[in-house]
Amino acid sequence: MDRQFIQRGVTRISMKKFLVWIMPWIVILMIGVYAAFLCLYQGLNQTNMDNRFAFGLWIYLDLTVIALGAGAFFTGFLLYILKRKELKAVINSAVVIGFICYSGAVGVLMVDVGQPIRSWFTFWHPNINSMLTEVTFCFTCYLIVLAIEYVPVILKNRKIKQFSSMLVFEHELHKLIVVFAGVGTFLSFFHQGSLGGLYGVLVGRPFAFRPALGIWPTTFFLFILSAAAVGPSFILLTTWIVSKISGKQLVKQEIMQSLGKISGNLLIFYVLLKTVDTIVWINSTSPSLGFSAATFYRQEEFGTWIMFTEIVLCGLVPALILLNNKLRSRTGWLITASVMACSGIVLNRFVMTIQTLALPTLPFDQFLSYTPSWQEVATFLAVIAYGVLVYSFSYRYLTLFPQERELQSM
Amino acid sequence: MEVNQNKPRYGMVIDIDRCTGCGNCSLACAVENNVPPGPEKATDRTGINWMRVYKIESEKQFPENRTIFLPLTCQQCDHHTPCESVCPQNAVEYDGESGIVAQIPVRCLGCRYCMTACPYHARYFNWWDPEWPKGMENALNPDVSTRMRGVVEKCNFCHGRLQSARAKAAMEDRREITDVEYQPACVEACPIKAICFGNLADNKSEVALKANGKESFRLLEQLGTEPKVYFRSEQTWVHEKINSKLTDRVQENVHG
Repeated sequence: MDRQFIQRGVTRISMKKFLVWIMPWIVILMIGVYAAFLCLYQGLNQTNMDNRFAFGLWIYLDLTVIALGAGAFFTGFLLYILKRKELKAVINSAVVIGFICYSGAVGVLMVDVGQPIRSWFTFWHPNINSMLTEVTFCFTCYLIVLAIEYVPVILKNRKIKQFSSMLVFEHELHKLIVVFAGVGTFLSFFHQGSLGGLYGVLVGRPFAFRPALGIWPTTFFLFILSAAAVGPSFILLTTWIVSKISGKQLVKQEIMQSLGKISGNLLIFYVLLKTVDTIVWINSTSPSLGFSAATFYRQEEFGTWIMFTEIVLCGLVPALILLNNKLRSRTGWLITASVMACSGIVLNRFVMTIQTLALPTLPFDQFLSYTPSWQEVATFLAVIAYGVLVYSFSYRYLTLFPQERELQSM
Repeated sequence: MEVNQNKPRYGMVIDIDRCTGCGNCSLACAVENNVPPGPEKATDRTGINWMRVYKIESEKQFPENRTIFLPLTCQQCDHHTPCESVCPQNAVEYDGESGIVAQIPVRCLGCRYCMTACPYHARYFNWWDPEWPKGMENALNPDVSTRMRGVVEKCNFCHGRLQSARAKAAMEDRREITDVEYQPACVEACPIKAICFGNLADNKSEVALKANGKESFRLLEQLGTEPKVYFRSEQTWVHEKINSKLTDRVQENVHG
């Protein structure tokens, strides 16, 4: 019954099968919405956060999805600013993923703060010294940019295109897309960095604190670079997953390899800088604050294995795989390396958020643990379900992969 | 944030050798500042206690074993105040006229970034709606506004008392107030006078003399945040404990 909305030349599963696919995700989303409602209505006492673990699963989720969603700005930057035309094959998908990640993060943030109705206060009397102010401003602006970038993709729908005014609007909007890509890149650079700065400026948390380069701590630059490095990997990964689920080739193999190569190049650069940063932190920053860096890793839960896994196993190793032409040409290696690269960044955000708060600072304090409540987990899962649903609808009705039609007819 | 040397810089020295851990300071603080009783579900990590008393043991065998009590409140950091610099909407304010770091709950978004930034864990979030047992509302302090659910609060050296002292001085056509006129509730309530409070900028004041004494120390001084709360002890093991590295700290217990 929805055939007329599906683009010509491609095949999609029947409506019945589609409903079967989306139903479980709708259930997860509804449970999450109920959990979020409980948190908003009864307060954050519904979570297992406390005065010591003031940030929990949600902040970790925010930092992670924003890093993974960086593929949107970075692919846009490569395509529209650096004119890497081959990336046109994945840009629509990247924009949708970016929109999902950012809107999901904003949604969770609205539940995470104690007084969501006061969110506008940050715009009204902002503290220009706060990294969170920078995050709030850039975040809001970039979400608007992403929404604007998403609109032409929707307007290109076969049915909507029949309205000439919509077609003209889409055409005019598309002409401005370079401007939006540029603005989006600028905003993204700032808030990816600010999210890193969020923890890097915390002098009271010597585990996370980093010295400033200019006005920003080094984590500001590391977060930008890591997000830019892993963004293309995540696009590659999602494209592969959608391809596997739908049973269709969506982009040409060389595009996948190209994304892998971009990711590998940036990742090796990131690993290098991260290593330098870690060495400086171990030998200078942490001791200067009265804390021997090695002692942070003497906890059973968070030993040096976590640092090794983050930098070597999920940083250096996937970077080397992605930089090797022979290995990159094999889908198995390409996908494995992308999963490892994404895992490395997911782990990095975990270290910055959760591990930082678990470690004691006061001389008579103890190591802390925190287990999220079901409401926190349900809200977390709801964001994933929301993402799957938006992407599923977008894939079904919009042109996320322009090469799909061509590849299908071959 | 400018520190004006000509203006008062209020601070306190807590003599932990004297402190018996009776908790009177915590109680007086809660009454003075309209801190509601915690709900049944509240734990020591979710309840609100602006003046939290830690029990610290020397971990030695009898007869060398020793115990001290350390009342911990907002350390009123003077330099690069960690919570003030991170708050996105200026809900934390450093008052250059008194050196007091104040929280503005009506402006607070409840993002809790300040709590993450505070190395002393001296900030508290209102996880629940504040509720007082029936009739107890009548005993609330009219000089201090109550806070709502979802905002952060902390010690402000009983700022309401400072305002009252200033108002009284103004009525008497004076600009300066004396240390006698302004004392926080915890200082007044301590039965063995373990807490000394006053103007640290006045080198001759009792608080400044005690703060500059060789037995005095500040917590996490190496972070460079210049806290205005000092602790004093003549016991060597206390100084060693405070200066201990993280290695020695893990697996220890904290009570409060």
